[in-house]
Amino acid sequence: MSLLLQSVRKNYQEPDGTPLPVLAIEEYELVQGEQAALIGSSGCGKTTLLNVISGILTPDSGQVTVSGTDITQLPEVVRDRFRAERIGFVFQTFNLLPGFTALENVLLGMTFSRNRSDRAFAKSLLERVGLKDRQDHRPGRLSVGEQQRVSVARSLANRPALLLADEPTANVDPANQDMILSLIRETCSENKVTLLMVTHAAEVAQKFDRVDRLQDFNRPEPASREVVL
Amino acid sequence: MNLFTIAWKSIRQRGLASSLTALSVALGVMLMVVVLVISGALRAVFSQNTIAYDLIVGPKGSGLQLVLSAVYRVQPAIENLPYLYYLELKEDRRVVSAVPMAFGDVTEQGSFPLVGTTPEYFENEYAPGSTFRIRGKRINANFDAIIGAEVARSNGWDIGSQFKIVHGGADGTHIHDEQFTVVSVLQQTGTPNDRTVFVNIEGFYAIEGHETPLNEVEERLKKFYASSSDRLKIALDQIAEARALDEAESASGHGGHHHHHATPDAAKEVTAILIRTRPKSPFDAINLSSDLQQGYQAMAVNPIVPIRKLMTDVLGNVQQGLLVLTVMIILVSGISIFVSIYTSMTDRRREIGIMRALGARRGSVFGIVLAESVVLCVGGGLLGWLSGHGIAVIASPFVTAETGLLLDPWVVYWMKFTVFNFEIELPVESVLFPMLLALATLVGFLPAMTAYRTDVADALSS
Ligand SMILES: Nc1ncnc2c1ncn2[C@@H]1O[C@H](COP(=O)(O)OP(=O)(O)O)[C@@H](O)[C@H]1O
Ligand SMILES: [Mg+2]
Repeated sequence: MSLLLQSVRKNYQEPDGTPLPVLAIEEYELVQGEQAALIGSSGCGKTTLLNVISGILTPDSGQVTVSGTDITQLPEVVRDRFRAERIGFVFQTFNLLPGFTALENVLLGMTFSRNRSDRAFAKSLLERVGLKDRQDHRPGRLSVGEQQRVSVARSLANRPALLLADEPTANVDPANQDMILSLIRETCSENKVTLLMVTHAAEVAQKFDRVDRLQDFNRPEPASREVVL
Repeated sequence: MNLFTIAWKSIRQRGLASSLTALSVALGVMLMVVVLVISGALRAVFSQNTIAYDLIVGPKGSGLQLVLSAVYRVQPAIENLPYLYYLELKEDRRVVSAVPMAFGDVTEQGSFPLVGTTPEYFENEYAPGSTFRIRGKRINANFDAIIGAEVARSNGWDIGSQFKIVHGGADGTHIHDEQFTVVSVLQQTGTPNDRTVFVNIEGFYAIEGHETPLNEVEERLKKFYASSSDRLKIALDQIAEARALDEAESASGHGGHHHHHATPDAAKEVTAILIRTRPKSPFDAINLSSDLQQGYQAMAVNPIVPIRKLMTDVLGNVQQGLLVLTVMIILVSGISIFVSIYTSMTDRRREIGIMRALGARRGSVFGIVLAESVVLCVGGGLLGWLSGHGIAVIASPFVTAETGLLLDPWVVYWMKFTVFNFEIELPVESVLFPMLLALATLVGFLPAMTAYRTDVADALSS
């Protein structure tokens, strides 16, 4: 087992103070090395779910067990360290730092873990995503496809156990979408990284062996009505 | 990559704003260093190290004026003392060395002060532990001169050069007929000696018009020795003798042009007397000075005291004012660093969110922002410190050539502090740089706190 969610609840607050339930998941599990696509319509809580899994957000209740550790029980600094060392992130908007070169952005992915920065490994990752000769370019001088490839390289820089991809192809031109997707899947299987990708697009999810629909196991609505009424 | 590298990148990204703020810190620190170097040089000139005498004896009056005229040669002489009195002091058992000085005239070229003295002046140390180095031969003839290094450089004089002098009295334009010849040149001392022309005191008396009329001398002797009748009698006897000689001369037909003959000691006058007392008797100077105060129309001052007073009164205040100004500049620079970083925080919310998502702790992003402020403040300070000293290094030869002031470009300014009744002295840098660090922390704290409090999920979704 690499990821296990149990009884996870997460509510936001409406501006008027009433709770807005977003997540209510009884159980969701990914085994070590598995690759899963999670489909959900816009606004149904995909990003929130990934933030809860990575420890950026804490759920109101429930357990989030990553590689055997229930991260909801960890103090914040330990959770940050855990994220730095065990979790990789690929964002919809790439989220590269504009002032950093491709290589530096990859190195940034190692900076906050306990392991020493490994320049050679960072370079090999860039080589793997086909950007060997662009390592000294800043994001502004790279195409969107190239930018997302840099961020794939960065997501693997800390040798994570779990990689979270949040609509990684939504902002990439159609010609590059398949390539990015294959790259993520291949590099994850090469490095035995468990992969969870969320998307709203069915055609993107189809590429995966395992496809889950968020609304099948996430049922926040009824609970909320009961609470409000 | 470490936090400082990340901070440095962020600074570079906002290159213009960053360099302007850092430069303003640098400017403040640079001005501070320049002020300290200049005041250090002035302090050195006006410190005890410029003179190795314990007392300066002169006519009653302002001690400061006596020191400014006898040591610094920037003020005209007030009045004179009898040469006899110099001879008397020389014999005092407490006095190791007494050197007479007669001055008042300046060179025609460059207006450098002319001082008549004895060879003893050059045998004594000019400053504690420093003796004169002289190139050339000793003074033989009356109109031989020894010139200071600055006089030589500025006037282009060397051994063999000839010059004339201007009478220093009320009629500042009268040029004496006597032609002086440079026989030796002093090596640079960093003291007012560099700007002085020395002649033998006998030569000084021999200058036409330097002889005081006997009647005047007599009046002055009467005043000076008012409470010492036996000494007055000896002096007046000498004067009477000289007068008799003069009258005999005019009678024998030499009339018309004044003829030179040896001036009697009683008719000679000195402007000041430099005294060194016995090395291991610290009270000699005090005793001697109080004896003088009671006995004669003279006073003896410790050359350091009036100058030190001048220093603290004027130089100290000016320096303090300038330092306060530079501190203000640095503080304002600190505020500009605050503004620059704080306004950048809105744009950097996302970057901070990204770093947090990559596992950065709150403390780390706090540290990155604080490091930026530290790099700007302390880095700017370091830059200013180096350029301040750099300017001093470059300017030092020019300043010395123009003013004779010896700049020490790497002068260490010691600051005095009183801590629990203990007085400690620290070099200004050991205070400046911790202060800059404190300023950096102060101005960096609020933006760093903004980074610390960033809501990651929120920042990433914006
Ligand atoms: N900080 C927040 N406060 C209140 N509501 C939020 C907040 N963040 C997200 N939401 C709401 O929660 C729901 C799920 O958001 P999100 O997880 O971003 O959805 P998805 O990624 O699937 O599009 C949306 O309705 C969104 O408006
Ligand atoms: Mg989303």
